[in-house]
Amino acid sequence: MLRIDDDQYQALVAHARAEYPNEACALLAGRDGSAERVYALPNAEASPTFYVVEPKAQLRAMTEMDDLGLDLVGIFHSHVATEAYPSRTDVELAAYPDAVYLILSLADQDAPVLRAFRIRDGRVDEVELERRTAGVAG
Amino acid sequence: MAVEVRIPTILRKHTGGEKAVPADGDTVRDLLGDLDRRYPGIAGQLLTEDGSLHRFVNVYVNDEDVRFLGALDAKLADGDVVAILPAVAGGG
Repeated sequence: MLRIDDDQYQALVAHARAEYPNEACALLAGRDGSAERVYALPNAEASPTFYVVEPKAQLRAMTEMDDLGLDLVGIFHSHVATEAYPSRTDVELAAYPDAVYLILSLADQDAPVLRAFRIRDGRVDEVELERRTAGVAG
Repeated sequence: MAVEVRIPTILRKHTGGEKAVPADGDTVRDLLGDLDRRYPGIAGQLLTEDGSLHRFVNVYVNDEDVRFLGALDAKLADGDVVAILPAVAGGG
């Protein structure tokens, strides 16, 4: 399970739309299954079918997370024409078993779909994604 | 040259859970060889069969991507910090 705020969700959708028609990618830092920060990062491949987080930007983001005492809780990317489910390439290249992989489908641009998965040892398990409305005390 | 190597979570099974380990080498190639002597099997996760750096593994020397420093021929100095990170990559 991963909790994200509605403004984080909106930031991810905006990033995916800004990078369209290429895939967008981002890292989410947080703790205890809650995202606290979104790092919208460049896709070094600038491709509609492939993404690689630009390596120096990746290192900077991960170093900052370490310095803040946050964990990498989520890895986000968009699918511009396919469903929000890990592709074969997503599974083959998944190297962060402790992170939740979030995929946003823009196949229907008016109705983006965001889903979340664990990808471990070639196995995909969907996990619950909880979207919290910011500003509501709870 | 004695350097500190930061090990990503996914490779810590090779290092007994250690996040950072010491290793020696004048170049990144030598360093990875030394690392593999200390932690057998680890280089196989980082290098391709022809001995080049795997496309989806990032190695940094003092925060600089080694692809811009001569890749495996990148020179090392005492006290350098080498970080290894699996690339964040995929596509659908």
